[in-house]
Amino acid sequence: MFIETRQLTKKFGGLVAVNEVDFTIEKGKINAIIGPNGAGKSTFFNLVSGSYTPSSGQVFYKGKDITKLPPNKIATLGVARTFQTTNLFEQSTVLDNVIVGHRLRTRSNLLDAVLRTKRYKLEEKKCRDKAMEVLDFVELTHVRGELAVNISQEEKKRVAFALALATDPEVVFLDEPTAGINPGETEGLAALMEKMVKRGITVCLIEHKMKMIMKLADKIMVLNYGEKIAEGTSEEIMNNQAVIEAYLGGDASA
Amino acid sequence: MDILTQQLFNGLTIGSVYSLVALGLTLVYGILHIPNFAHGALYMLGAYITLTLMLLWGIHYWIAMAVSVLVVGLLGVLMDRLVFHPLRNAPPIHDKIAAIGMLLFLEAFAQLIWGADYRTMTTPYGQVINLFGTTATMQRVLINIGAIAVMILLYLFLKKTYIGATIIAMAQNREGAHLVGINTNKVAMLTFMISGGLAAIAASLSAPINLVFPGMGHLVILKAFVIIILGGMGSIPGAILGGYILGFTESLGATYISNDYKDLIAFLLLVIILSIRPKGLFSREGF
Amino acid sequence: MGAYLKKRGWMIGFILLAVVFPFLSQNDYFLHVLTLAFIWMIAVYGLNLLAGYTGYLSLAHAGFFAIGAYALGLLTVKAGLNYWIALVLACVITSAIGFVVGLVALRTREHFFAIYTLCVGYIIYLVIDKWDSLTGGVRGLIGIPAPTAIGPISFETPLSQYYLILFFLLATILIMYRIIHSLTGRTFIAIRNSEDLAQTIGISTMKNKLLVFVLSTFFAGLAGALYASFIRFIGPDIGYITIIFDFLTYLLVGGLGTLAGPIVGTFLIVSVSQSLQFLQDYRMLIFGPLLTILIIFYPRGIAGAYLDFRMKRQARKKKSVPSKQTSYVQQSQEDEEKRVKEG
Repeated sequence: MFIETRQLTKKFGGLVAVNEVDFTIEKGKINAIIGPNGAGKSTFFNLVSGSYTPSSGQVFYKGKDITKLPPNKIATLGVARTFQTTNLFEQSTVLDNVIVGHRLRTRSNLLDAVLRTKRYKLEEKKCRDKAMEVLDFVELTHVRGELAVNISQEEKKRVAFALALATDPEVVFLDEPTAGINPGETEGLAALMEKMVKRGITVCLIEHKMKMIMKLADKIMVLNYGEKIAEGTSEEIMNNQAVIEAYLGGDASA
Repeated sequence: MDILTQQLFNGLTIGSVYSLVALGLTLVYGILHIPNFAHGALYMLGAYITLTLMLLWGIHYWIAMAVSVLVVGLLGVLMDRLVFHPLRNAPPIHDKIAAIGMLLFLEAFAQLIWGADYRTMTTPYGQVINLFGTTATMQRVLINIGAIAVMILLYLFLKKTYIGATIIAMAQNREGAHLVGINTNKVAMLTFMISGGLAAIAASLSAPINLVFPGMGHLVILKAFVIIILGGMGSIPGAILGGYILGFTESLGATYISNDYKDLIAFLLLVIILSIRPKGLFSREGF
Repeated sequence: MGAYLKKRGWMIGFILLAVVFPFLSQNDYFLHVLTLAFIWMIAVYGLNLLAGYTGYLSLAHAGFFAIGAYALGLLTVKAGLNYWIALVLACVITSAIGFVVGLVALRTREHFFAIYTLCVGYIIYLVIDKWDSLTGGVRGLIGIPAPTAIGPISFETPLSQYYLILFFLLATILIMYRIIHSLTGRTFIAIRNSEDLAQTIGISTMKNKLLVFVLSTFFAGLAGALYASFIRFIGPDIGYITIIFDFLTYLLVGGLGTLAGPIVGTFLIVSVSQSLQFLQDYRMLIFGPLLTILIIFYPRGIAGAYLDFRMKRQARKKKSVPSKQTSYVQQSQEDEEKRVKEG
């Protein structure tokens, strides 16, 4: 098992946002989580990436229980994520925004920085090279010198991908990666996700754009009111009665 | 005379003043999520305006106070329009610095107009009266009655009038309030008006038993912050309760622990609270 | 080399000017004012690292300044320690207290952090003011020695003190420069941007915030200790909240989160204050609104406005020469240049 959740539950006061969800994320595949608005998708993401602590249940990563680990420790283990809104430092260049992404693989500290030790120089270069590499991967080399404030929405999404990739992850969680961009750009990002999988990085994403998901995802889980109502390949999901009801009955935001 | 009853009465008096100041602060925080560091300056100005009206034109205490409430209230509105409104979408560090800038300006302004001297305010209520076996000046009694009357009026205003209800609605959910057609700008201005007015009342009531000087707002505002953290930022009952708790603690602490360090009590209380609950005693976050 | 000069021109200019100033003006009074300004700059750099680069507005730093000053004063006057040992200890003591305060304070955020630190600052002031037997209370602490001579160099004259404190200031700037332009500095900036994001890219936010807090109190303490041995007399006033407001004004005017900000802001405000001597106590009539107006219209101060201006100019230049293929080497040189601008 690559990533597995067991009876994962999160309550806010009396409200159950995620209710006893069992889910496995398969290595080297594109895994998707869909569901109507307010179905608990983002909460589920936050639980797996450590941003929230679950009320009950567990999360396993490569057989290791990571339920109680803080997000930064989870990131070190090789789990990266993006947010719906991309918080970039706008007065800084794209490259600069990405360099810090590899910080977790370095050890140089304050003294190294002040004394400019060999380790500092080595690691500065390592992070810079990593940033160049991932920017090349997300096809942003041409804008790496631009200030983050001046790049397009789609490019910002790619920077967010790059930042996540700079942490050398084995799995990347993408929170609505294509929200707010046009169909053409969406396809570009979908291709990028496939490229990531080819590189051996597992992808797990939340998405609203059904058409794209059905084409892209190898495995889909559907959440509704915090509960898993279906899981499987896109054909299985499309023919699932519970899913059809959830989408027709509720707010079909597909 | 029983020291304990005397001190309890003192605590009640101090607590009344604290509660009024904290109420103004918590109202603004509840609506706009701004910790208004300049609130102490409004308090100070409230005292000076009342004092000046009384000394210069011999205006009666109560009328002077009413004018002061109006002037300081309007100053609060001005502050909202000129400073906090333009900063509503800025990073959180900005409105705090802006508030500090206004605090500095208003204090320097007071010093320019009225000088740095400590002044006393004499009211027609200096006589000593006997109350349930303890003696107190009429002024101290008035502080308590006045403060409680104001609190009741405020409560009725917020609960029983439509405008009051809009304030409550906006404190609970700004966007929601906007969606149901509440003019959030107007409500913000009104809140600043009330907040400034409360500070002016508190200052005018307590000035006769304290001194009036440009830095008089410093300690009071710091303690008001402690109170609203104690009572929950934005909570109205919390501000009142917290004010009295601090008033009693201080007055008892001054008698039984040390008069020198009585001001420390509030801050130590805060340090302890925030050490245990970093988001305040009654944080609404995380539902 | 040309680029190097352009990039750090202001810094080299400042150093040269500061070094030759005593030869240009024999006025002891100016020397005194400038030395004091250098001390403020050190403290403001400390504050800048925390508020400007990490996004935590600490209002306790006047308190830490006072702790540094009193630690040095008490260690030399009452314990009779050697000045240099006392100086080191003063910084260590301030940082240690900073560590303890930070441990608790940094669990809070935004408003709570500001209010918490404001109260901590006030507690420090009150303790100094009331703990008569140790600090001398309102009477203050007198007879603090000047730095003792190192070999043949003595620090009795105003001129030698000027250079000593300039030395500390330059060391501070160098350290700040190196921190900010390193992975450690990037880590701080990432925290300022978004703590959630910083955590998910594997940064331990608490550890880093604590590091910044301790560092910034270290510089506040250093400035305080230097102040004590320069003025030779200290009272509780140096820990009062008005001092932190002064620091903030210097920082805001100069530019929050810029490397040049503390120098520009402090120098400007101090010199304007000198020419507005008659204003003295009323200087806040001007600086108060200035602070407010700046934060509304130019939140990054003078240095920030300058950087924005240069950025825009460069963006225009780029647009007028479209799609010129640059080689990798050229591009990375440009990257390097842009990287520095942030500081």
